[in-house]
Amino acid sequence: MGEHAPLLELRAVAKHFGARDVLKNVLLNIASGEFLTLLGESGSGKTTLLRLIAGFEQPTAGEIWMSGERLDVLPPYKRRVNTVFQNYALFPHLSVRDNVAYGLRVQGAPKNEIPGRVAEALSMVKMTAFTAARPSRLSGGQQQRVALARALVNRPQLLLLDEPLSALDANLRKEMQSELKALQREIGITFLFVTHDQEEAMALSDRIALLRDGSLEQVASPRDIYARPATAYTAQFIGQTNLLRSEIRGSIATCGVLRWPVEDADGPAVFSLRPEAIRLSPEGKRQTNEVKFRGSIRQQIYGGASELLEVDCGAGQLLRVRLPACGPLNGERDFVFSIADAIPVTD
Amino acid sequence: MYSRTYKTLVSTPPLLWVGLFLLLPYALMFAHSFWAVQDGVLVHHWNLANYQKLFAKSLYAEVLFRTMRIAVSVMLCSLLLGYPLAYYLSFRSGARKKLLYQLVIVPLWVSYLVRGYAWKTILGSEGVLNGFLQYFHITHEPVSFLLYSPFAVVLVLSHIYTPFVFLPIYASLEHIPRPLVEASQDLGAGSISTFFRVILPLSMPGLLAGATFAFVLSLGDFLAPLLVGGSSGTMIANIVQTLFGATYDWPLGAAISVCILLITLSLLFLTERLERRWSFK
Amino acid sequence: MSRNSPTRRSPLLALYAALVFAFIYLPILVLILYSFNRDGVGGFPPRQLTLDWYTQLFADTPIWDSVVNSLLVASGAVTLSLILGLLAALALDRASFPGKALFRRLVLLPLILPGIITGLSLEMLAVFAGMQLSLFTVFLGHGTALISVATTEIFAGLQKIDRRQEEASLDLGATPWQTFWQITLPNLKISLIAAGLLIFTLSMDEIAVTFFLTGRDNTLPLEIWGRLRRGITPEINAISTIIFAVSVALIIIWYRIRLRSVGTEAQQLLDRP
Repeated sequence: MGEHAPLLELRAVAKHFGARDVLKNVLLNIASGEFLTLLGESGSGKTTLLRLIAGFEQPTAGEIWMSGERLDVLPPYKRRVNTVFQNYALFPHLSVRDNVAYGLRVQGAPKNEIPGRVAEALSMVKMTAFTAARPSRLSGGQQQRVALARALVNRPQLLLLDEPLSALDANLRKEMQSELKALQREIGITFLFVTHDQEEAMALSDRIALLRDGSLEQVASPRDIYARPATAYTAQFIGQTNLLRSEIRGSIATCGVLRWPVEDADGPAVFSLRPEAIRLSPEGKRQTNEVKFRGSIRQQIYGGASELLEVDCGAGQLLRVRLPACGPLNGERDFVFSIADAIPVTD
Repeated sequence: MYSRTYKTLVSTPPLLWVGLFLLLPYALMFAHSFWAVQDGVLVHHWNLANYQKLFAKSLYAEVLFRTMRIAVSVMLCSLLLGYPLAYYLSFRSGARKKLLYQLVIVPLWVSYLVRGYAWKTILGSEGVLNGFLQYFHITHEPVSFLLYSPFAVVLVLSHIYTPFVFLPIYASLEHIPRPLVEASQDLGAGSISTFFRVILPLSMPGLLAGATFAFVLSLGDFLAPLLVGGSSGTMIANIVQTLFGATYDWPLGAAISVCILLITLSLLFLTERLERRWSFK
Repeated sequence: MSRNSPTRRSPLLALYAALVFAFIYLPILVLILYSFNRDGVGGFPPRQLTLDWYTQLFADTPIWDSVVNSLLVASGAVTLSLILGLLAALALDRASFPGKALFRRLVLLPLILPGIITGLSLEMLAVFAGMQLSLFTVFLGHGTALISVATTEIFAGLQKIDRRQEEASLDLGATPWQTFWQITLPNLKISLIAAGLLIFTLSMDEIAVTFFLTGRDNTLPLEIWGRLRRGITPEINAISTIIFAVSVALIIIWYRIRLRSVGTEAQQLLDRP
């Protein structure tokens, strides 16, 4: 990834609807074969970006290129891009087979090839048994598979998925996530996936592009974006964190009762400290690369494998701490975290 | 949740009304068709003579077929005018959709008589259209076939029924989820392909409803022929009307009415069957 | 706005749509124009504009008598249709009884049947019952023909009512009768008004059924019809223009009212993320 020319290039793409700036100056390259997720809240512009690539909207500024050719000047039916719509958009008057065959028929694929390719696509999504059924008879999960098959059968260069799992219930969702990931690995088509669910993004993606108010906040692999968030927003959106708003003076960062040495210049600074980075302190002195503090436990929420504690360090400073399951705790305890786990982020 | 008293109370008056004012009159009409007129008086003499007269006498068959031809023409013209209009409003009109929709409904509720009369003044030899043509020297003499012909009847009825045909088609088109259109384009179909493969099939219920409406109402229309039809534009309903009026022969008139009723009912039945097969919800 | 695809230009289709609009509106506009024409209804172009025909119209007593007749019949038809239509809609929505499907079809039949059938069958009923044809028979005919309109509108309105409102009312101690007056009927207010307006307009314009049920007193359409048989005068243009203006006003009001009732739904649909 990176040595070859990117499959899709978004060059300074912007989009506004009237007075509203929905996308501002988006620069993004998507590599061939990767699973990239556009993550963001509703209103962040992720669906608009998807629709620009699919061809249902035109960018107000910037260009979109695919495989070395200009994409945004083509109408949707001429792009080698296919979409899995949020509510599947299966044609109610056609059977599953005819739905999947639609793209092939309309583009004039050789007649004798069509049944074979349709059967292949349906078996990829495990819907062969429903070939002759009507969409109205299928459950949400089944419709979603058919929508997937309908898009994939055309062998697009890029597959766009618009929150395809959001209508499914939790268990089915997890199941479909792993199936989707395995499918993408198997067929190697580039997937551009849109979701607002950060857990889903982390589970599925090779890279995550976090959108905020129409701009890219950060683009990185799930592990990188979690361990090294660039901004406070990213740190809070992906996973949970404690934002330590500190003041640095003389190479010491101070945040409430917490003080630790840093190498940054004087002035205000924000640090992100993940709840799981804080541990119960064993007896004895702290190490030089650790910060120790005492706090009283205000709240404890049991989560099966872990506990989430709300700890009052004094003077109203509250920190969230995640511990492995340890039974109910109360009173005052000592906590400790490594200085390296306090990641500096921009505000 | 609703008690028996409640349900009985709400059902009885309308049931009584329907029985008395719909079922009974139809039954009467049916009965009349088997009676006869002797010496200008109605006799309850049960016979099939009226129906025999219908199928034997060529005059009635001829008028009936002319009526059907006119009804089919009206249906086709209204569809050709109404469907593209509905499609344009639903898919291509953008911000003006609401305003244009209101503009289409308004003439619907303007008096039938008023509109028929307007055409009469336009199409006559002394009428506005002929005056227009002569003023601009397109013709030198009045064009006579415009008025008092089947052409005029079809014209007037198409004018009346195009908005009627528009309404159910528009409703059907509006019901088509827009993502389906996008999906079709996404899969490689252009506008025309998308129209014939997705939009048209899904608008069938509305189209059927509109077409039936135009056909059935044209079939039984007697006003347009009286206004603009002349002798060559007489339709079957006019014959019925005369039989109930000047030519006092209620039984024969009833027999023809029963035929019209049966044709209508069978068409409605057929349409309902087709509609059920073609609605994909 | 961002949810829908931008509308694509289709100049040819737009032109065709414009032509269809022209076809629909041109005769009416010609009619209105010529009601001001001194030389009457024919010829082109209209030369001198005048209000003479309107003056003549306002002095024409028989026409205004017929307007009064039409108003009487229309008011009666509205009342009768709304009451029976409300009951029929309630019955269709909430009761089940043998022959319900047939009942539904029968109620809706006058909507699609040519007026001559409805008119003739009712005339036979009148004769059978020994009734003289008069405004009263016209009133009965309109009521029968238009009950379908009321039923359809009110039934649609009933579908939109949240059933749980009535359940809540009963839960709080109200009897079904009280629930009907305090909860159900107010919720149907908009449907009733819209239906009423529509029935009123249709009744004022009704001619096919009226033709066979009328006695000595004419309604407005029949009065106009009678004059047409005798000859065309621009006075008819004038009254037609007035009818057109009133119909337009009523229908715009009807549409606005209807829009208010579906407004909240449409808004909810638009607000979905």
